[in-house]
Amino acid sequence: MSRREGSPWAGVGTVMAKETADHLTSVRMRLLEALVFLTALGATYAALRSIRDTVGQDPFLFLNLFTLSQAPLPSFVAILGFLVPLVAIALSFDTVNGEFSRRTLGRLLSQPIYRDGLIFGKFAAALLTLVIALVALWLAVIGLGILLLGLPPSTEEIVRMAGFLLATIAFGGVWLAVGLLFSTLCRSPATAALSALAVWLIVGMFWAPITSMLADIISGPLMGPMGPNIGHVETAQALSRISPNGLFGEIAVAILNPATRTLGPVLYSDLDGALIGAPLPAGQSFLLVWPQFTALIAAVIVLFVLAYLVFLRQEVRA
Amino acid sequence: MADEVVLSTRQLVKRYGSRIAVAGIDLEVRRGEIVGLLGPNGSGKTTTILMLLGLTEASHGEARVLGRDPMRDPLSVKRAVGYLPDAVGFYDGLSAATNLVYTARLAGIPRPEIRGRIDDALARVDLTEHADRRVATFSRGMRQRLGLAEILMKRAQIAILDEPTAALDPHATLEFLAMIRGLKDAGITVLLSSHHLDQVQTVCDRVALFREGRIVLSGTVRDLAAQVLGGGWVIDVATDLPDAEAAFRGVPEVQAVTQVEPGHWRIQARSDIRNAVAAAVLGARGTLLRIGLAEPSLAEIYRRTFEEEATHVAA
Repeated sequence: MSRREGSPWAGVGTVMAKETADHLTSVRMRLLEALVFLTALGATYAALRSIRDTVGQDPFLFLNLFTLSQAPLPSFVAILGFLVPLVAIALSFDTVNGEFSRRTLGRLLSQPIYRDGLIFGKFAAALLTLVIALVALWLAVIGLGILLLGLPPSTEEIVRMAGFLLATIAFGGVWLAVGLLFSTLCRSPATAALSALAVWLIVGMFWAPITSMLADIISGPLMGPMGPNIGHVETAQALSRISPNGLFGEIAVAILNPATRTLGPVLYSDLDGALIGAPLPAGQSFLLVWPQFTALIAAVIVLFVLAYLVFLRQEVRA
Repeated sequence: MADEVVLSTRQLVKRYGSRIAVAGIDLEVRRGEIVGLLGPNGSGKTTTILMLLGLTEASHGEARVLGRDPMRDPLSVKRAVGYLPDAVGFYDGLSAATNLVYTARLAGIPRPEIRGRIDDALARVDLTEHADRRVATFSRGMRQRLGLAEILMKRAQIAILDEPTAALDPHATLEFLAMIRGLKDAGITVLLSSHHLDQVQTVCDRVALFREGRIVLSGTVRDLAAQVLGGGWVIDVATDLPDAEAAFRGVPEVQAVTQVEPGHWRIQARSDIRNAVAAAVLGARGTLLRIGLAEPSLAEIYRRTFEEEATHVAA
């Protein structure tokens, strides 16, 4: 079989530029971004108030901006874990089916581009929009920290915060790909949005109690007659890693809390010779969560490929 | 050049599982022609169009558009072909011109040329003064015209129009049909799919009648009339001759004579015998009030074809 003509990337730049402009100017995105900014900056400000007293004692003050919470607001990390999937789904739930419902798909695909270029350009545009919003938020948090703490972040803090930013982008990418997949599976944008939100609620919000219940069934209860059941803990952890929120949470813990030495259950034998509370070098923290990083990126790729395959097999007619 | 075949299919088949949407179509379209695709819903017209555009893969057979295979060379084919789907959609939040800019970039039109081509195309479909208006405010007819502007902007050699007048009011339909003729005048070959037989008859040089995934008839309306109605020429005559029927029946080549109303006759003949009919009236000392060729009706051909098919199937 001969190869098809031309590049699959034809038109990607054009689609990406148009879609990015649409996202950045849409009322839907402005509202969501305002919500994320306000809540995240509120959480950061609350964290700042509680760490001001420890300036000069804690070498990782800026990392605390991300992890500390003060009632009633949750921490900045928790807010991102909650709102980034929502923003990502809002960006992608009508990627393909929106073209069907506007009846623009046939006209677009009759131009000299492949479907590859169209779907990739749309996904890349949504990802770029997410990156722009997250980088802006990241800079705003650091700026607020410098302004109110009167200190610049150390190099190690900047490296760790940049790593966390990348993890947040990968995490958002997974939910973008979930939205994209449903936009190809469901012909109605409303159905696609609801389906993606249902997945988010199950895998993102209710996954912890579900994993605990499943671990009870698979490995027995947490507390056995001889003490804590390690099998239960390991099963629950393995199950929690199916959820992108579980992976993101582990990355956040390891990168933003340099004292974290392991993400699994710790046995007394593991602590032999360890300096409890001593921070790990940034490189070691990144090594600790390298599998989680890889899993998030792999999930983005797998979900995108699934969406791509479904889209390739779809009939163009509305 | 005029006889150059720009679009052809040979035994083109499309299956969806066990269902056959297109069952071996042979079609040829020559440069500069307007060819109408007729047939009921689900008869395979749109599927054929999608295969010609490379938007769906043929299960069997081959298609050629300007000598290229739409499945192997889809980009070359799409560069040369403009497509207007039924109920064409645009981005409502963008202006007409901005919608065209987006398509122009996708089509790979050089940037310095885009503005000029858009202005020219919008002028040809009478949308110049609406160029900067949001498409959301456009009527259905204006959207269809904007779709035509896109084809003109691309400088397509072939325009494929799928039910373009399906939901237009009579005035918008007449405007649109005039624009289709304008495409032909501009040297663009047109493939027009439609349910509206009268419109197809008005603008098309040839037609192909689809039924259950097959082309059951194709040719000019006169050819089809000869095949289906049994005679290629229908002559309308108005005369005061009392025994006109006998006079007409004596003319060679006449197949049938029917009285439409008093003094008005319709003659079906094997050739154009207007001179002989006029001579017969005058020879019998009658007055010839009017004589002319009546176009065979595509609607009648269509009705007779599908009636015969139904009778054949029932038998």
